[in-house]
Amino acid sequence: MTLTDEEKTTSNGPAGLGVVGWLRWGWRVLTSMRTALILLFLLALASVPGSLYPQRGVDPGAVARYFENDPTKAEWLDRFFLFDVFTSPWFAAIYLLLFLSLIGCVLPRTMVHLKEMRRTPPPAPRNLARLPHHAEIEGDLASAEAYLRSKRWRVTTGDGWVSAEKGHLRETGNLLFHVALLVLLVAVGVGGLFGYRGNVLVIEGDGFANTVAAYDRYLPGSQVSPEDLQPFSFTLKDFQASYIGPGHEKQGQPLDYFAKLAVQDSPTAPEREFTLRVNEPLEADGALTYLIGHGYAPTFRITGGDGKVAFEGAVPCLVSNTSTYESECVIKVPDAAPDQLAFLGRFLPSTVPNGDQWLSVFPGAVNPTVQIWPFKGDLGLDAGIPQSVYDLGGHQNLKPLGKMTASPKPMAVGDAVDLPDGAGKIEFTGLKEWITLQTTYDPGRFPALLASGVAILGLLLSLLIHRRRVWVRVRDGGVTVGGLTRTEGGDFGEEFAELTKALEHHARAEVKDVS
Amino acid sequence: MSPDHLATLSDQLVLAAILLYLAAMIGYALELGFGRVTETVRERRLVGVGGPSDDLPEPAPAPEPASWAPKAGLVGTAAMWLGWVANLGATLTRGLAVDRWPWGNMYEFVVAMLLAAVTVFLFLQVRYPVRFLGAFVGVVAAIGLGFAARVLYTQAGPVVPALDSYWVAIHVTAAVAASGLFIVGGVAAALFLVRKEGPSRLPSRADLERVAHRVIVIAFPIWTFAVISGALWADKAWGRYWGWDPKEVWAFITWVAYAAYLHARATAGWKGKAAMIVSLIAFACLMFNLVGVNIFIGGLHSYADVK
Repeated sequence: MTLTDEEKTTSNGPAGLGVVGWLRWGWRVLTSMRTALILLFLLALASVPGSLYPQRGVDPGAVARYFENDPTKAEWLDRFFLFDVFTSPWFAAIYLLLFLSLIGCVLPRTMVHLKEMRRTPPPAPRNLARLPHHAEIEGDLASAEAYLRSKRWRVTTGDGWVSAEKGHLRETGNLLFHVALLVLLVAVGVGGLFGYRGNVLVIEGDGFANTVAAYDRYLPGSQVSPEDLQPFSFTLKDFQASYIGPGHEKQGQPLDYFAKLAVQDSPTAPEREFTLRVNEPLEADGALTYLIGHGYAPTFRITGGDGKVAFEGAVPCLVSNTSTYESECVIKVPDAAPDQLAFLGRFLPSTVPNGDQWLSVFPGAVNPTVQIWPFKGDLGLDAGIPQSVYDLGGHQNLKPLGKMTASPKPMAVGDAVDLPDGAGKIEFTGLKEWITLQTTYDPGRFPALLASGVAILGLLLSLLIHRRRVWVRVRDGGVTVGGLTRTEGGDFGEEFAELTKALEHHARAEVKDVS
Repeated sequence: MSPDHLATLSDQLVLAAILLYLAAMIGYALELGFGRVTETVRERRLVGVGGPSDDLPEPAPAPEPASWAPKAGLVGTAAMWLGWVANLGATLTRGLAVDRWPWGNMYEFVVAMLLAAVTVFLFLQVRYPVRFLGAFVGVVAAIGLGFAARVLYTQAGPVVPALDSYWVAIHVTAAVAASGLFIVGGVAAALFLVRKEGPSRLPSRADLERVAHRVIVIAFPIWTFAVISGALWADKAWGRYWGWDPKEVWAFITWVAYAAYLHARATAGWKGKAAMIVSLIAFACLMFNLVGVNIFIGGLHSYADVK
């Protein structure tokens, strides 16, 4: 990205200049404004597919679904990194070239600017009346010089003239802005290398300790080792959510939710209470933990065909409808004997009958029930193939128990159902809630913020300040003031009019002082 | 007044604003259509009071302007101010009705954004001769409000917990202000392209470009701030300051496109028409981010509440 207010023309290709000549030509082309402009367009254009196709870094589930729905197309898209646009080599190529072009422009311009700042303003032109802004005033050179100096203009004087200049901050801001963008890029890079991100689901009553193994999904930067994780831990005491009640267009929209945590910043630190909310993350030793989502975890007691309790605990159900919190549950009971058991469940927080069906009408747990579809057979857990705990798919050796209907009679809390064929019993014993959390550690956050702040400051200076020159010349007894902006825009006309008035005023005031 | 009454009043004020903006559009359009013809592309300086007004060539004989044309313009101005008051009232009463910042969903955002655009126009009009923009800003505001009321309308109510934050006041306000400015810049740029060189009822291309540039130069840092404060909020709410969510992607694209405009303006061979086209592309990105991303793409910024 080259800088504004500048024009460079691309030279035509050199003829027979040798390697050095070609390199010099290439550098000049790369750092030309036109190339920077084209790279800017490319950068914008290259970002577009990142918003049209699901991205692995944003929503890996959506990418997986894309692969399921249209494997051939997905494979082709993947070949061109269209699911990882912002980490793809071609995207990197564009922004690296752009930043190279930027450096190639910032460096020489910084040199020029430093020289400019030390230079004295140029002498006054002979005929100030030819300038776009000019006026005859009552006054004298000495008072004009004093006044301009007092207003922090850079001033030089000569025989019968005063020359003043202002607005070098424009270029300073311009350079500052572009350097800040470079720093921002570095900060983002540092965050990517030395930071990490992890997601975890925690059920009420359960705890979490910040270790790699505790995460459901863990994405470390390449320079992060497991020992680097901040050693905090917490227990989820309670989760509460409230929703907009019936009668409003937005019935069921969440109003507020929060989680009560008991936190230990390190294994030896005292326990402290913390209320985790959206927009209010937990900070522990530079790592931030965010409340991302929530759902229900009904608790079950499951007995096998042999009459022994094979499972007792909470089962987190994944939300399948965010406006009613209808959720899908999978229970695997490998300890059930003689046959292993598995269940598909549908959790309905506010159940109402609808014909021969049941559905949930509200996300709050007003009338919680679970519909259960039982299976028995071999879960295949011994095969050593990793399985998802949220999925029964791919189990060839599971047989449905009894007749499978679309909407079986739901169980309320406290209900128990005997499974067909004497395979065992399932009891719906209670209800808990779960939350999903994201922990992030990003050492580039503050540098990035700082760079952004400097970028804004630089931008404001470079867009709002104008480089301008003013001359005062005495000729034939009259005093003429002339002015010129070197950059367009701004209200120099107004400023010039005010300046001439002030110069006259100042001169009069001085005359009074003397007399 | 109860919140319900305030909410109803807000809805009625939006309708009033639409009608008043339409009236303003007609008034301004009559003045423009039957008023004076601008003869040449040579400077009629917009720079305002202090600029030199000498050495202007006398306009060549043009169709005699209708004597009532300036009056139509005055009526337009009056209607525009009244419309602005109604628009402001609509946003204020909505805010009072829901007891939060009144730009929590797409409907409210668009109403506030058009309020910002009209504010920018009225402010410019007080200081500079930009009455010619009135007809076009008026029609954009009327259509925009109509679109908001017909398509985007959302019943007054609380927002989701993620949006219940003081960052709304910072991030969304900046986005509203920048969008309002960009709209005026977009209108001027579009007129630049519509207007051919030579005599026209519109001001010279140089004047149009100057208006467009001026508002974009002010809007760009505000937009930059909106993006950065959005990143700060995302850092608080979602655990990362930048995650390439579709809204973020398009905010970035818009930013890059406006940066390209500012650079194009300083590049040989890109000044004038080409730069104006770039600014319009950037404006299209802004509008796509507002309408397209909310309706067609979705993502984390799914505050739109559009059914």
